Amino acid sequence: MIPNLTLTVNGDRHEVHLDDARPTLLDVLRERLGLTGTKKGCDRGQCGACTVLVDGRRVNSCLTLAISVDGAEVTTIEGLARGGTLHPVQAAFVENDAFQCGFCTPGQIMSAVGLIAEGEAGDDAERIREGMSGNLCRCAAYPGITEAVRDARQRLAQNERESV
Amino acid sequence: MADIIPTPTGHVRLGSNAGQPLTRRDGVLKVTGAATYAADNRPDGLAYAVFAHSSVARGRVTSLDVDAAKVHPGVIEVITPANRPPLGRDPDGKAHMFSWRTEALQNDTVRYAGQPIALVVAETLEAATEGARLLAPRYAAEPARIGFDAGEAYDPPAVGIGSPPNFAKGDVEAGFAAADQVTETRIETPLQYHNALEPHAIVAAWDGDRLTVDVPSQAIAMARNDFAAYFEVPPENVTLRSPFIGGGFGSKAILNGPQLLCVLAARMVGRPVKLAVTRQQMFGHLGHRGATRQHLRLGVDGEGHLTALEHNAISTTSSFDDFLEPAANASHNLYATPALKTHHTGVRVDTGTPGPMRAPGEASGSAGLECAMDEAAAALGLDPLEFRLRNYSETDPASGKPFSSKALRECYAEGASRFGWAGRPLAPRQMRDEAGCLVGWGVGTAMFPAPMFQAKARATLARDGTGLMEIAAVEMGQGALTALAQIAADGLGLDGDKVELRAGSSELPDGGIAGGSGHTATAGSAIFAAGSDAVRKLAELATRDEASPLFGAGNAGVVGRAGRLHRADDERRSEAYGDILQRAGLSHIEGEGAGARDPADAAEYAMFSHGAVFAEVKVDPDLYQIRVSRLVGAFAAGRIINPRLAKSQLTGGMIWGISFALHEDAIHDPRTGRPMNADFAGYHVPVNADAPSVEAFLVEEVDRHVNALGIKGVGEIGVTGSAGAIANAVWHATGVRPNRFPIRIEALLH
Ligand code: FES
Ligand code: FES
Repeated sequence: MIPNLTLTVNGDRHEVHLDDARPTLLDVLRERLGLTGTKKGCDRGQCGACTVLVDGRRVNSCLTLAISVDGAEVTTIEGLARGGTLHPVQAAFVENDAFQCGFCTPGQIMSAVGLIAEGEAGDDAERIREGMSGNLCRCAAYPGITEAVRDARQRLAQNERESV
Repeated sequence: MADIIPTPTGHVRLGSNAGQPLTRRDGVLKVTGAATYAADNRPDGLAYAVFAHSSVARGRVTSLDVDAAKVHPGVIEVITPANRPPLGRDPDGKAHMFSWRTEALQNDTVRYAGQPIALVVAETLEAATEGARLLAPRYAAEPARIGFDAGEAYDPPAVGIGSPPNFAKGDVEAGFAAADQVTETRIETPLQYHNALEPHAIVAAWDGDRLTVDVPSQAIAMARNDFAAYFEVPPENVTLRSPFIGGGFGSKAILNGPQLLCVLAARMVGRPVKLAVTRQQMFGHLGHRGATRQHLRLGVDGEGHLTALEHNAISTTSSFDDFLEPAANASHNLYATPALKTHHTGVRVDTGTPGPMRAPGEASGSAGLECAMDEAAAALGLDPLEFRLRNYSETDPASGKPFSSKALRECYAEGASRFGWAGRPLAPRQMRDEAGCLVGWGVGTAMFPAPMFQAKARATLARDGTGLMEIAAVEMGQGALTALAQIAADGLGLDGDKVELRAGSSELPDGGIAGGSGHTATAGSAIFAAGSDAVRKLAELATRDEASPLFGAGNAGVVGRAGRLHRADDERRSEAYGDILQRAGLSHIEGEGAGARDPADAAEYAMFSHGAVFAEVKVDPDLYQIRVSRLVGAFAAGRIINPRLAKSQLTGGMIWGISFALHEDAIHDPRTGRPMNADFAGYHVPVNADAPSVEAFLVEEVDRHVNALGIKGVGEIGVTGSAGAIANAVWHATGVRPNRFPIRIEALLH
């Protein structure tokens, strides 16, 4: 018997009745909770389309068995905007044309949110490119993605300064 | 072409909305996860399908353990050739020029590794996946034929989609005899799989004899008709929805077997069924770019002018269908030469059938041609850009027709100056960076045809001052929803925020095919025509109405702008659309339009987009690791509807050029025929760090012949020129001429 799973996703608590140990976090989000913003590009940790934040850290949800994150706080692309206002990373992606087809975009954005929070890349374009290189974009919107991350980091830093 | 409605330009003007670098209309949907791709649909009662695929490349399936799969908890149905219900059309038939022979379990034959051999339907994805695994197929396998030398060579009847396989103009042998220098270049290009980030998915639901399919489609109306034929229902009983496509690159234009099996499964189990292929399954039945082996000969006189150009290509296709990468045709329309000869040979191998993949033929052929041009320039001791300028064609080399427009000279100049080409040393291995890496610069010319297909659109102007444009256009990342809405706004004479564009569904007028870089031109022409048709009708009402300030202006004497009709000869006299409709007692007025090329222009002119790409590479002198440190392109593609999105298309294409030059290479095991690198760990595409500096610049070009709007296309041209420019930069850095793409470290180790 698989115990019920508790997940807090974008602030909402969900009890997920799992009759099966196999579902990944990605498939639980998409197929059982109906949060289809998170995408499946490869299902084996090679493209980053499924990136979500688990307890604040970016993870590939396709490589994460759902039962292994019982009790976790998960943030997905659906949980970033606040009351109709885009998160600064989302806004920067639109303004810098950091996507084309949009399929990699939820993963890119979650990864960018994670990268900025990690505080490792700063303003350095080369380090941003490295830090974002776990997220493939077959449309190759990379120039815009790098600009968007830089732009968003500055905005977030600005917001932080203003709120101090 | 009888139903062409000439684009009336009298009442509306292109340019208030078109030409603006707007952000994407679907931007917010895409950054919030709200844009729905096919696999995101979850109708009530949904069941999940997974197909089992062959692990051998040739032979027969001799057994499938259907019982084992069926007893797995959650499995509902297993479909094999033994119980597959009949289809209304033969999947091995060729109903039209975009029909590819496909596998829908019509028999037990295996023709390539990765071929679908059974379908399992279950309550959950996990159960269906396990059920497919439990089938444990056994085969009577025959040896796979993989590679140019193992396959069977033949003279193809056509290359690409219906192009003649051979071409000759003038006498190339006489040209070579008269030449002061003849250079030969041999280049191989690999199999490449499209690998859009969105794996192909379909959700099928039947309601009696009505079918709804959610499936990414680059050809919505055509696919709807195909589904109807396969399932023997009238086309109007099929609704195909494709609001967003997660990348197509040609792979989502053609119907394939597993899609049919999913629809069949939905009918068999009486529930909606979803089938999403795995990444590994993207390396089989969905088409690919065939491999090529190219041989070019260039004859040049003492002045550096071509005397003859010969381009031969061997292209791989499958054992059971024909699609030959038309690589040699890339030499037809670019450099001036008195004698030109191209020839294609086909080779049948045990892979799936290739298909159009972003710049089919142009990508591989341009890579070969640009390398060959560079080699000839180097042998002459000429700057490679200067050599290209000396062989600039003022008329189309193949047909002799004038170009509808050609700002390639301006592209060369703009690209060279942005890149800083001046002062490039002629000899290789002359430049180093501060870290000691070898630095090289290379150039390649970009070129792509500017075709048009056929499309229709419907426009509505409402009394509240808003407009609606309806067309089954295709948003696959190129920005159709945005660019076409800009054209719609101009066509309707409205501000952009007053216009709704409905697209992506077979319930709307046929928007044609999103391919060949011709979608904006074709759908855009239909939209502009529909909009101006509606405005023309409105003008008729107003100019005949004594109560209107426009009365008596004459039908041709008014212009629509920002929701008002103005007198052409007196801008101050105007009336709002809504007021005209109100007085006429109408809630709305409709217009219709079609987009297609004027046959007279098509007969008279050669139509192409052009560009120039400049590459800088850095090569580690000890390890020979290659990095593209800069890529600069300048492109002329007629009227640009949205420069922001066009640049993204172009830089995306240029990064595909990096991918072609250095990364993508599908390797099939010569013994088993299986793709050995069927995932993103083994099949490399560029990541962000592989493309540190890629810039595209737009060069102004006015074209009065391609279509009334002057639009060419930008979707594919970025791939051309780029791969060659990078290979030429690698030579300039190292002195080694690569003879195979992707260029690998070992090619540089001597
Ligand atoms: S879907 Fe998880 S990394 Fe690709
Ligand atoms: S936007 Fe298409 S894959 Fe990134």
